[in-house]
Amino acid sequence: MTTMTVAPRFPLYRKEAKYEFLRLLRARTFTLATIGFPVMFYLLFGVVNSRGHEVLSASKYLMATYAIFGLVGCSLFGISVTLSNERNLGWLEVKQASPMPAPAYLLAKLLTAFAFATIIFGLLLTLGLTLGHVTITGTEIRNLALTILGGVLPFASMGLMLAMVVPPQAAPGILNLIYLPMSFCSGLWMPVSVLPHWLQTAAPIWPTYHLSQIALGGIGFEMRGTLAGHIAALAGFTVLMLGLAIVLFRRNATAS
Amino acid sequence: MVTVEEKSAASIPAAVDVAYLHGATKSYGAHRALDEVSLTLRAGEVVALLGPNGAGKTTAIKLLLGLLGPDAGEARVFGGNPRDAATRTRIGAMLQVARVPETLKVREYLDLFRSYYPTPLPVEHIVRVAGLAGIEDRLFSQLSGGQKQRLLFALAICGDPDLVFLDEPTLGMDIESRHGLWQQVRDLAARGKTVLLTTHYLEEADSLANRIVVINKGTVIAEGTPAQIKSRVSGRTIKCVTSLDEDLLRRLPGVTSIEVKHGTTVVRCGEVEDAVRQMLALDTGLHSLEISSPALEDAFLALTKGE
Repeated sequence: MTTMTVAPRFPLYRKEAKYEFLRLLRARTFTLATIGFPVMFYLLFGVVNSRGHEVLSASKYLMATYAIFGLVGCSLFGISVTLSNERNLGWLEVKQASPMPAPAYLLAKLLTAFAFATIIFGLLLTLGLTLGHVTITGTEIRNLALTILGGVLPFASMGLMLAMVVPPQAAPGILNLIYLPMSFCSGLWMPVSVLPHWLQTAAPIWPTYHLSQIALGGIGFEMRGTLAGHIAALAGFTVLMLGLAIVLFRRNATAS
Repeated sequence: MVTVEEKSAASIPAAVDVAYLHGATKSYGAHRALDEVSLTLRAGEVVALLGPNGAGKTTAIKLLLGLLGPDAGEARVFGGNPRDAATRTRIGAMLQVARVPETLKVREYLDLFRSYYPTPLPVEHIVRVAGLAGIEDRLFSQLSGGQKQRLLFALAICGDPDLVFLDEPTLGMDIESRHGLWQQVRDLAARGKTVLLTTHYLEEADSLANRIVVINKGTVIAEGTPAQIKSRVSGRTIKCVTSLDEDLLRRLPGVTSIEVKHGTTVVRCGEVEDAVRQMLALDTGLHSLEISSPALEDAFLALTKGE
């Protein structure tokens, strides 16, 4: 009691985040899927479709939407699959029995999602500027970067909520069943305007739709709906997901 | 001598309770995992919680760690709630884990867990004590079963805790690792640390503990020193293929029960050596002889029958 009774906070939080990032970076199935897919899709559909130096090219559109596709992937999978495994297979208990503060654990997962989203955005931007002949201003890059980073929050919350319900073995499969259709239906793979009419009408139910509209609006494309409306939708979605996550966490805690 | 003892008794307060469960009850749905269990750990003591799978050992540890809350009764550690951060810095725990993130190295796990504690042990010390020398740069996925267990042990002790919980610590370990870990538990005790370990090996409890608490179906059915417990679970088992008939075997010294299954005769017996000597003399064709100490399940039968 005379000296420190708890460990210094900063190194603890830093190490928790560093090692969460490192362990996912080294997990090949994770990096291949979350970084590899958006990059591969972008090369196949974005770069190949780039024609000349149009200002509003398909390669510019897809650079933004595949960056969102990527951030949603790394937020959902990086949080849900790891947390679901750790909760159900004992590792979380080891950490809970240790003096590790719970916020350090959650913050580490959030920061890791930020890091992967940044990596994916950096790669797509590089490919877009070089192979994709994308014309983009400094302000537009800043807008897009802010949208990508801000967009991690709603999907990290969604990942947290899903981790409370999906069993560890089935987690990747269930997440893909949500992730892939949601990406398609909200216009991340091709513009909403070329989707069937009923899908266009239903698009606003997808959080990815709102995020992609903000991103596209920020880089010179015409935005469907209003910026305030999209931000409100994403904020509401985040609150809903966090609320559900807390309710489910408590329900699980009393059930066990 | 008498004066010295009196003096030490006067200057050192009677063994301090570092943790206890008092009337702790815990149910999972309709299944009552622990039923009014009381258990006290005193400073510097190694206590073995002994019982078969599903007896409630892990539940007891989880209550003491604050990972579970009791439905009734109380769990206290260092006079406080085990969930307090300051309490947790004085506790280390090795739990049964089905899966650990596999892409971190031994060295990184140590670095991470050391950062959780205010005064961790030096890395070199932990590596030596837990037997991790030479594998510090291996990923968790590259470790053998025993090495994984040793790393989990290292994480339990890396903060130099005063109280260490070891849940089935030697599960999956080879004999060498197991004996190494036993030595580490003895060293912890020698340094004044308190250890609670669960096991379903009678031998392990016997070899390590000052005190054994036998638990079955959520209740404590026996408690005492290893000698006291063993005296209640006497007898060993002789297994062999023999032509001797049951009536004859029953008359051998110390035989308590006989069972014949698939041509193999199983004899439970207090004085194994005498019985075996006579059996071999009576049946020269006797073969496939095995002698074993009582399995814990047998011990439970003996313990519960005696009551």
